[in-house]
Amino acid sequence: MRRAAAAAEFDRRDASWWMDRIAQGCVFAGGISAIVFIVGILAFIATQGMEFAANRLSWTEFFGSIAWRPNGHPPQYGALALIAGTASITAVAMALVVPLSLGAAIYIGEFARGKTREWLKILIELLAAIPSVVWGVIGLNVMGPLMTDVFGVPSGLNLLNAGIILGLMAAPIMTTIAEDALKAVPDTYREAAEALGATKWQVVLRVVLPHARPGLSAAGLLGVGRAVGETIAVLMASGHAITVPESLFDSVRSLTATIASELGETAHGDDHYQALFVLGMLLFAITFAINLTADSIVRGIRRKKA
Amino acid sequence: MSAPASSFRATDRELASLGRQRLVRSFLLFMTAMLVLPVLGILAVLIWQGGPGLSLEFFLDDPKKNMTAGGIFPALVGTVWLTAVALLLAFPLGVAAAIYLSEYAKDSLLTRTINVAIVNLAGVPSIVHALFGVGAFVHFMQFGQSILAASCTLAVMTLPVIIVAARESLQAVPQPFREACWSLGATRWQTIWRVVLPNSGSGILTGVILCISRAVGETAPIMFTGAVLYVPFTPEGVLDQTMALSLHLYNISTAVSNVPPGLPFSVALTLIGVVLLMNATAIAFRMRLRGRKKW
Repeated sequence: MRRAAAAAEFDRRDASWWMDRIAQGCVFAGGISAIVFIVGILAFIATQGMEFAANRLSWTEFFGSIAWRPNGHPPQYGALALIAGTASITAVAMALVVPLSLGAAIYIGEFARGKTREWLKILIELLAAIPSVVWGVIGLNVMGPLMTDVFGVPSGLNLLNAGIILGLMAAPIMTTIAEDALKAVPDTYREAAEALGATKWQVVLRVVLPHARPGLSAAGLLGVGRAVGETIAVLMASGHAITVPESLFDSVRSLTATIASELGETAHGDDHYQALFVLGMLLFAITFAINLTADSIVRGIRRKKA
Repeated sequence: MSAPASSFRATDRELASLGRQRLVRSFLLFMTAMLVLPVLGILAVLIWQGGPGLSLEFFLDDPKKNMTAGGIFPALVGTVWLTAVALLLAFPLGVAAAIYLSEYAKDSLLTRTINVAIVNLAGVPSIVHALFGVGAFVHFMQFGQSILAASCTLAVMTLPVIIVAARESLQAVPQPFREACWSLGATRWQTIWRVVLPNSGSGILTGVILCISRAVGETAPIMFTGAVLYVPFTPEGVLDQTMALSLHLYNISTAVSNVPPGLPFSVALTLIGVVLLMNATAIAFRMRLRGRKKW
């Protein structure tokens, strides 16, 4: 009896109790919003392109043909050249910038000290802050003419140009994540190696890098994800030719650029509009898979550390 | 020469590895420079080419002669509209999500799913966000091409930025602060409202600034959802279409002909100026915060 009374005493249903309940509800709604949106994105893109993809799109043409002529008679929807465009730009960007990002991460994480380190980190952060369209202007108006002058190629807007721009855009996230991965290697490992007489570089090469390998590959993956998804800068710097490139100086066109340049000329719901949503679906699937893999690697490291 | 003295001298092998270390170190510095010098290079080019075009009239005039002359006033106003509305939508949602993740969520399947969703939302390509905006906000919710539709798209896109920054600063509030408050009989929400949030305000503000910086610079998500090539007036409500700085820059670089060569650089300089100012503020905030925190 007394116990029930005590419980009733604690179990107050006053204004602040209700406020607490309401707040918890609101906050929970906010919490699941990220899930709602990611599912929403998937659902909307899938449904917008579904009718066309299910009935009139030939998948062998989509993945097997390089003819992307949505306005042709009959229209052709071969995405192979666009996929090749995205793949080649990403590959060039990564080949140029993965070593640089790794080097920068090692320098910032292991060698730089004090103020230098702070400043380098800030500069890397500023590199990440430059808007996509400004990179595009640099590609179009600075790198393009420079490239025709230096290499004497007919078009300065090409695979190499887009690759350089895209690499620099993807570099900050790779450097940051790679530096985190280096930082996650326990200091005791470094101290043990240094006590054996190893130089700093020997410690990095033989102890730190092998231990940080999973985190470093996650960094690379996130860079790839960034490069695959980048839109406006690629649109402006890559030259916009639907071809499978044969040299660094060929103009190319990516999946993202195709959507950005053609969506404006479609009517809501027509085949072309739906085909662009199918490309969007493909992009979503690629980046989702990449991000999921990178995230599970990073999470695995964190769990092992704890 | 006596034996003990020579034992302190570095052997050839040790000298060689020290030499190698010095070489590698300068090479690594060179690689780092290759990444950070472009930032300074880009700034230099923009200031050199675009600086002379900047003036008060440039900021306050309408574009003239088919956008080949005049100023950028409507684009500036449009960008402020888009960013403000996006922030208005993303801020409450993002902070609520951060509070849930930091203060309520247990380590459950749901929490892990939310975290995966946040990471993936941040990784979705901007053009896919644009497609989502067109499908969901322009057509399904029937906002049409409007500031509202464009801002909703931007809000979804910048949501992860706010969530991650706010969650971090909430988690940085020491647990004893909360426990002290609970032991006084406060409810969970009272604790959050009176103790946790006030102690993480500056961190959340940093997130807001970064979110603004991101929203200002984005082009792809707004170009089909509400921002347009040219409107002869500044917007009066959220259902109007508008110009935007980033899209204006894209258009005068690609779609408009006979643009004087300095003009895109001037617009780019304005855009990057706004963005870098935002980021610099965020960085300065964070540094002051780190210096002041005593717990």
